[in-house]
Amino acid sequence: MVLRARSHEVATAARPAAAGTPVGRRVVLGMIGLGAGGILAGANIQDALTRWLAPVFAADPTGLSSLIPVAGRFRIYSVVGFLPRRRPNEYRLKLDGLVDRPLDISYADLLAMPATRLVRDFQCVTGWRVPKVPWTGVRLSDLLDRAGVQGHAQAIKFTSFDGLYTESLTLAQARRSDVLVAYKIENHVVSAEHGGPVRLYVAPMYGYKSCKWLARIEVTTAVEPGYWENQGYDVDAWVGHSNGRDDHATS
Amino acid sequence: MLLRFDRTERILHWTNAVLFGVLLATAAALYIGPISAVVGRRDVMKTIHVYAGLALPVPLVLSWVGPRWGRRLRADVRRINHWTPDDHRWLRSRGRVGSARVGKFNAGQKLNAAFTGGAIVVMLATGSIMRWPQPFRLSWRTGATFVHDWVAIGLFVSITAHLMFAFSDAEAMAGMVKGRVRRTWARDHHPVWHDEVVAPAADEEPVTS
Repeated sequence: MVLRARSHEVATAARPAAAGTPVGRRVVLGMIGLGAGGILAGANIQDALTRWLAPVFAADPTGLSSLIPVAGRFRIYSVVGFLPRRRPNEYRLKLDGLVDRPLDISYADLLAMPATRLVRDFQCVTGWRVPKVPWTGVRLSDLLDRAGVQGHAQAIKFTSFDGLYTESLTLAQARRSDVLVAYKIENHVVSAEHGGPVRLYVAPMYGYKSCKWLARIEVTTAVEPGYWENQGYDVDAWVGHSNGRDDHATS
Repeated sequence: MLLRFDRTERILHWTNAVLFGVLLATAAALYIGPISAVVGRRDVMKTIHVYAGLALPVPLVLSWVGPRWGRRLRADVRRINHWTPDDHRWLRSRGRVGSARVGKFNAGQKLNAAFTGGAIVVMLATGSIMRWPQPFRLSWRTGATFVHDWVAIGLFVSITAHLMFAFSDAEAMAGMVKGRVRRTWARDHHPVWHDEVVAPAADEEPVTS
């Protein structure tokens, strides 16, 4: 009985194949073609779409438009299983290591220092770029001067209060005028999502150098690879000249 | 009761369902800002997403190549591939007319299966470019990300619709859970298939269990 049933199924299974057009195959091949075209032309299509949709995004109060995959928007990355939050009034920033006068300063102390405003593109190593982002903060070099860097110091290590993320710069990189300890982004207080209340901003390098939720700046003798650098990213992360990418420089 | 999906097809379907679930969940954790912010663990999410994606074709290929266990799957793929004028009519009326001529799969099911199959190929290719970008020029990487993002949205929509249809028809669901459906259901929803399976010859017993 069972065997008989099977033989019928085999006989009937072939029947529908004889009639009709192979639309299923065309759909699959068409999608592969579109996909290949999208890989070749997607960068341009995305730019056009971004320009075309910009007024829609500007007027969207719901935030749902952020789900539409276009360029020019921040994506929020965190390497720990929670969103680190610290209120400005409980925030402290330590600057220690090879310095004459270790600092332990409050959010208000930072705001009292001379402010620098930079407007630069923000480039992520994964490909997205946010054009003309305004940043406000204190130059890292001002903080280093205030603490008094000792002669044999070579590098800076940054630690996040997420408890895991670290980053590093050489002392020369850290002294650049476009490296900020930032407390404002896009003219607003840096939100928890963006690494607030205070984060690092290294304008000429890929985003992963701009350590979010900045807790500690330590002056050291040698560059120590940071979180993503231990997973293969370049330590000297110049935009357009590292990580095998050729993006336009940001600063 | 009529056998609608054999064990190979059901195992394949549910393996794929789990993998797609993992892929969508980790994709949300990687891509949707508020979820990324809460879930975090970017490296873990990325690793799970990549391995689940690479695993996706394995059950498909294993079910397909089986000389015996893949037979029904291959026959059903042939059914899905081939369209009749009735399928076009069914699709144009969005399922309202032409149900009298529906075979084992209606045109919507055929389209969904073909779209999902094409999407798997495209997502594997673009995902691989994103994961191993070194050999590719920058604009291709951006393009691959762009395609991956949009096809993901398409898959989210199609899978949501697939789930809604499945949960609105208990008998169709039973066909994929237990493998068998009631003969009356087959007659009402897939009459051509019903006739193929039930009445190959009047003097023989119908295929039942």
